[in-house]
Amino acid sequence: MSAKPAQRLTLFLLLAPAILWLGLLIVLPHVEILVLSFSERVAPRVYAFGFGNYLEFFTEPLYWRTFARTAAMSILVTAITLVLAFPIALYIARVAQGRLKAMLLLLCLLPFWVSELVRTLGWMILLRESGVIPYLLQAAGLAGRPVELLYNDGAVILGLVYGGLLFMIVPLANALESLEPAVVEAGFDLGGSRWTVLRRIVIPHAMPGIVAGCIIVFMLTVGNFATPVLLGGKNGLWFTEQIYAQFITRFNWPQGAAFGMLLLLLSSAIVWLGLRLTGQSLGTTLKQA
Amino acid sequence: MNRPSLAWKLYIAAFYLFLFAPLLIVAIFAFNASPFPSPPWRGFTLEWFTGSGAVVGKPGVLVDPIWLESIGNSFKVAVPVALLAVLVGTVNAWVLERAEFRGKTVLAMMMLWPLVIPGVVLGISILAFFSRMANGLEDWLQTDLDALRPGLPLVVLGQLSFILTIATLIIAARLRKFDRALEEAAFDLGASRIRVLRTVTLPFLSPALIGAGLVALLMSFENFNTTLMLVGSEAPLPIAMYGQMREGASPAINAVSLLLMLGVGAIASVFALTSKAER
Repeated sequence: MSAKPAQRLTLFLLLAPAILWLGLLIVLPHVEILVLSFSERVAPRVYAFGFGNYLEFFTEPLYWRTFARTAAMSILVTAITLVLAFPIALYIARVAQGRLKAMLLLLCLLPFWVSELVRTLGWMILLRESGVIPYLLQAAGLAGRPVELLYNDGAVILGLVYGGLLFMIVPLANALESLEPAVVEAGFDLGGSRWTVLRRIVIPHAMPGIVAGCIIVFMLTVGNFATPVLLGGKNGLWFTEQIYAQFITRFNWPQGAAFGMLLLLLSSAIVWLGLRLTGQSLGTTLKQA
Repeated sequence: MNRPSLAWKLYIAAFYLFLFAPLLIVAIFAFNASPFPSPPWRGFTLEWFTGSGAVVGKPGVLVDPIWLESIGNSFKVAVPVALLAVLVGTVNAWVLERAEFRGKTVLAMMMLWPLVIPGVVLGISILAFFSRMANGLEDWLQTDLDALRPGLPLVVLGQLSFILTIATLIIAARLRKFDRALEEAAFDLGASRIRVLRTVTLPFLSPALIGAGLVALLMSFENFNTTLMLVGSEAPLPIAMYGQMREGASPAINAVSLLLMLGVGAIASVFALTSKAER
């Protein structure tokens, strides 16, 4: 067994990049913001352990309201995305055949390879007061003067749903792909209506895809920055914006670190809850996507 | 499923219109001869791409140093990210598929973590950690360590933190399909370890290596959240676009966006071709 020390060395060398990556870029940085979030400034340049940053979050209404609003709107966005994406995924997986199927899926993918900022810019040009949709509404005589469609919650939700669609369609279509046509036909033969077949057969079969899609869309939505800021303007009020403000604008890193931990907690809690409710693991869920 | 109803088909058509409307609008208004990207249509122009600024007030994006610099910065980040992602991703894939050791399942699990951490949080945690390291090391070594401060090297590290996961998954998936009998045959024929790797294993992996590299390139180019937190004075393209979009509308941003769409489209089609070759 003279090869043993050499084998151990090889294994160590192969493991080194992964350990450096996960250690220096993931684990230690998160330990750092965890520690930072529990440090309070007691005098200029002097910090001590304390819960002040978290207390500040609960006592300042702007902070916890923005947090609650971000969570609630992200859930709403996820639900709307699911409802809008389901018929598309069903069509791609069950109806479209051959080249049409490949093309429909490819067309879905294309817009999402383009930067989020380009897509947001498109919505800004469409929605703003001097933009395309108000112009068309006025030209059609539906509005007396151009209406401002940007800078409200509707615009933010629209932008976020648009950004999430692909990440819902792909896992849904993958899950629906494996549905046996015979099972669906049996449902109809047994006298089930379209609605009954959808509710009792198709949706339960698609559940892994639904969970995967919802988790990914929720995570991306909660962590989004550019879409709510650009489409919502001053009314955007997204929690990531608060983190950015504390870190970059106000240079209050401990407060920003506490906000970061809270966002991470919210995002992880939802992922965990989603997996728990449906009894799936993270690995298989990510594979769906 | 029985035949699709007309309503369903109409919905599909409306959906694809919805999907492409913002991109088409961005592209169209890059050619509008007006100082603002808004209707009415004032005529076709290429000023926003190549103009000297005499007609529309601002130079076109292909001659404007601000935009050229930010495109350059994006490449300065994306190329190292893609190369490192392929290199480290290959080693990681090897560890996941070939090596046996205690704690492997934990390691495999940890490699997935970066995908469930919001990009903004990845950004601030790396910023805070590397600032602490820089402070400590600078006191100790009595020298400036600018690479650990916000700037392009830190952006590379920040993007790698999650792009490595994607690269590892792509390469590991390909390695899993590899028939190890091929390697054994090469060994039996007297080839050395290095030679087998170079002539048998790596050629088999190459579609996945190219694919992972292209995906890393694309993800780096379009990343915004993590980059925003780590950027210094040199802004990559998405950050420069964001800054300009906050300042006000200008068809120059549309022109840059169109160039970006064309570039991304080109990379995506190369990727589609290589992944087709894989099958």
